[in-house]
Amino acid sequence: MPYVPHTEQDVADMLKTIGVKSIDDLFIDIPDNLKLKEQPNIPNRLDEHALLGKLQSLSEQNTDLTRVTCFLGAGIYDKFIPSTVGAVISRGEFLTAYTPYQPEASQGYLQTIYEFQSMVAELYGMDLANASMYDGSTSMAEAAIMATYIKKRSRIACASAIHPHYKKVLGTYTWSLDLDVDTIPDSNGATTDYSALTEEHACIVVQYPNFYGVIEDLAEARKAADRIGALLVVVADPTACAILPPPGDFGADIVVGEGQPLGIPMGYGGPLLGLFACKEEYVRLIPGRIVGRTSDAQGRSGFTMTLRTREQDIRREKATSNICTNEALMALASTVYMSALGKNGMTSVAESTVQNTQYAIKQLTAAGAKLRFDGKVFGEFVLELPKSADAVRDALLAQGILAGLPLGAYDPTLENCLLVAVTEIRTKAQIDDFATKLAKELAN
Amino acid sequence: MPNLRTKAVRVPELIFEKSVEGRVGANIPVADTPAVNFKDVIGETRKEFHFPEVSELELMRHFVNLSQLNYGIETGFYPLGSCTMKYNPRINESTASLTGFRNIHPMQPDSTVPGALEVLGSVYDILRELTGFSDITMQPVAGAHGEMTCLMLIKAYHESRGEGDKRKVVLVPDSAHGTNPASAARCGYTVKTIHTGDDGDCDMEALAAALDDTVAAFMVTNPSTLALFERNITKICEMVHAVGGQVFCDGANMNAMVGTTRPGDHGFDCMHLNLHKTFSTPHGGGGPGCGAIGLQSHLEPFLPGPVLKRVDGKPILESDRPQSIGRVSSFQGQFLMAVRALTYLLAYGKEHIADISRYSVLNANYVRARLKDVLPPAHDRPCMHECVLTAKKYKQNGVRALDISKRLIDYGFHPPTNYFPLIVPECLMIEPTETESKQTLDDFCDTMIQICQEAETNPELLHDAPSTQIVGRLDEAKAVKMLDVRWRPNRTLETV
Repeated sequence: MPYVPHTEQDVADMLKTIGVKSIDDLFIDIPDNLKLKEQPNIPNRLDEHALLGKLQSLSEQNTDLTRVTCFLGAGIYDKFIPSTVGAVISRGEFLTAYTPYQPEASQGYLQTIYEFQSMVAELYGMDLANASMYDGSTSMAEAAIMATYIKKRSRIACASAIHPHYKKVLGTYTWSLDLDVDTIPDSNGATTDYSALTEEHACIVVQYPNFYGVIEDLAEARKAADRIGALLVVVADPTACAILPPPGDFGADIVVGEGQPLGIPMGYGGPLLGLFACKEEYVRLIPGRIVGRTSDAQGRSGFTMTLRTREQDIRREKATSNICTNEALMALASTVYMSALGKNGMTSVAESTVQNTQYAIKQLTAAGAKLRFDGKVFGEFVLELPKSADAVRDALLAQGILAGLPLGAYDPTLENCLLVAVTEIRTKAQIDDFATKLAKELAN
Repeated sequence: MPNLRTKAVRVPELIFEKSVEGRVGANIPVADTPAVNFKDVIGETRKEFHFPEVSELELMRHFVNLSQLNYGIETGFYPLGSCTMKYNPRINESTASLTGFRNIHPMQPDSTVPGALEVLGSVYDILRELTGFSDITMQPVAGAHGEMTCLMLIKAYHESRGEGDKRKVVLVPDSAHGTNPASAARCGYTVKTIHTGDDGDCDMEALAAALDDTVAAFMVTNPSTLALFERNITKICEMVHAVGGQVFCDGANMNAMVGTTRPGDHGFDCMHLNLHKTFSTPHGGGGPGCGAIGLQSHLEPFLPGPVLKRVDGKPILESDRPQSIGRVSSFQGQFLMAVRALTYLLAYGKEHIADISRYSVLNANYVRARLKDVLPPAHDRPCMHECVLTAKKYKQNGVRALDISKRLIDYGFHPPTNYFPLIVPECLMIEPTETESKQTLDDFCDTMIQICQEAETNPELLHDAPSTQIVGRLDEAKAVKMLDVRWRPNRTLETV
């Protein structure tokens, strides 16, 4: 076994030093009836060549998105990832490090986390950000729960036009804490009617752009929150924030999001990257790790994890959250991505997304579909088809197009609707091909 | 003391400070579709945007230089207790990079991802066999997330029996990881602490006194954080079950049990596993983790959905689950971590899987034996996969466990875990893992012995450590008081 280096001589010498006769003697505290008597019933070992072959063949059973053209989004996007991202995150010094609890031997990682926090805060227009969360959905749940601590209120108002999985995660997290969630309805694909909110609500949660791709009016959301003295929590698409005014410009209190569009592969949905930013006044209640800059006895500047007394290993049951392991390596990937693209590249990707999306809307509506909602969109939109969206999706998949997400499973009134995403890497030819095939399918 | 540095290093600038307007660090695709007027189609646009602007070479140099200021398992020995810093085989990275795994969307139809479902199914099959539980899920994405999910299953189970309102207490040993009480609090439970006996096992009288029909669960780490196998575990589970409570196993220390004993056979109702510890998906500087959980069949109806099942041998995702707690993460959990774990498990196979526990326990006992005269073990019993030692005798010279740890950095080793478990004074928790050789362990032990001599003869050396790194010990109070957690435009280093 190449991963275990012990020779027979090593083992004999080590047992002698320990003063026992066999390795079995070291397991005397495990009662005999609990010890396995035989090898476990798992597959036989494979050598590295056979192992790669086996995993390769499993991977080839999947229809990956190099084989079909992807117009599916819903929070996870098929995007350009520079080669530099993989080159940096596969360096052993980063890949195989633990959490930087020993700052002197971890300055490299700590600085990248400080840079990550700076970029996330800047992108969202917020005062500060933490060192990452698990994913978009759990970040949203943590933000809503944090708002209940800040406002000392136990109800949360959540827009209905939020990703259905995010709402479900919020439901699970709040059930276990005995908090109540009320839904803010949507109309024509946008959140406009805040009339049912009361001063029992700790926060309003909206998505920007929302699940249907529509750019919500955050100024209205802010006004509604102010009327009831609640916080405004925004789930924001990081790519969109390079071109749209960021949520911080509207006075959002907490901004969270899914960081996957920032240089992370889709990977069947994991690992992802939770983004979490807030106003400075709430920093002592923020979940997760934060890195700060300080200095040593000689006055040399350095980085360390800070505000540690919020965290579970110190505060135990009084911690602001139970989060410990986060998504550090994915945060590093996104830091490389954001640095590589920089100001101009981030803007360019957002602009290309808008441009491609507008072209797709034009071509697909000309092919016989209708836009379901009227609101302005960034990179995603809902098409209403004259027939079942599931059937059309399946038919187009057979022709090499992953057309989007049929929405009937989430909302029966959207039975014939398809959520379509168009990223910066889609080409005019791919969009034309989609439109041509859709027209043919709708004519059948 | 710059003369002590082993190599010349420059204080790195922030990437923002390297920025020159107009530079771009990637060859970015640009749309070939017709131009649009952005104001017309999206409305108001962003005004200010301060992001770095660097060339691709500058970008690579920045991050490569930073990587060299960091310590990983591939840099050197990393005996961080409770963290299982074993070798992360490179083949795992190769398989996780296969395009058929990397480039699939979590919401594409199940029929287009049979290979991905088979990966999950295979990991489930193997973990089920290694843990002795009847079901596995990988929706939790980290260890603490797995703990919390287990408690949610327990909560839903009690509610389904009409006992949700009366069972409000979770018992946690004083030796537990901080995530245990934090996860319990996150599920709305009141935490009661159970003391550990002098022999390192659970204090059975204290447990008996705490057990009544308000107890929802007991969270037990086995082997404990004292690195001891809980000898009364079967009895403990029986006692908790007798009052209607459930027993959760914190699986952080599964490395000591793989292929040797199965928590599902001990009487536990559920457990979490850290795939990033035991099954060698890399830690990545603090994540991503993967908090797979195992559970007995009575908790299965409450699993977060969709649930992976095998029907006629074929893995499918089952969504219609009326008693489910809902969802705990965006999609199917850390899929690419499942790919890595499967690769790792198949490299060992049934023939070698027990090597993990056997050699990790051998290595820990070897370190314990070699260091016992300078750093006595906290308990006089064979340890499991790590050893818990105390440095309290150096306190009279003004030397703390932290000083010993910091001095190790000067000798090129990563420090062990300090001050945990909390119940051992001046605690050093050393976990060598099975992938370290006797020669590495000897180097480490020789160094530790030398440092302990320094602690007697020249404690200042330890107080000043580390002196070989780009920074010395940092002022943590200042970090809190003068909070600086982000770069801002128009602010130079001097003004910070």
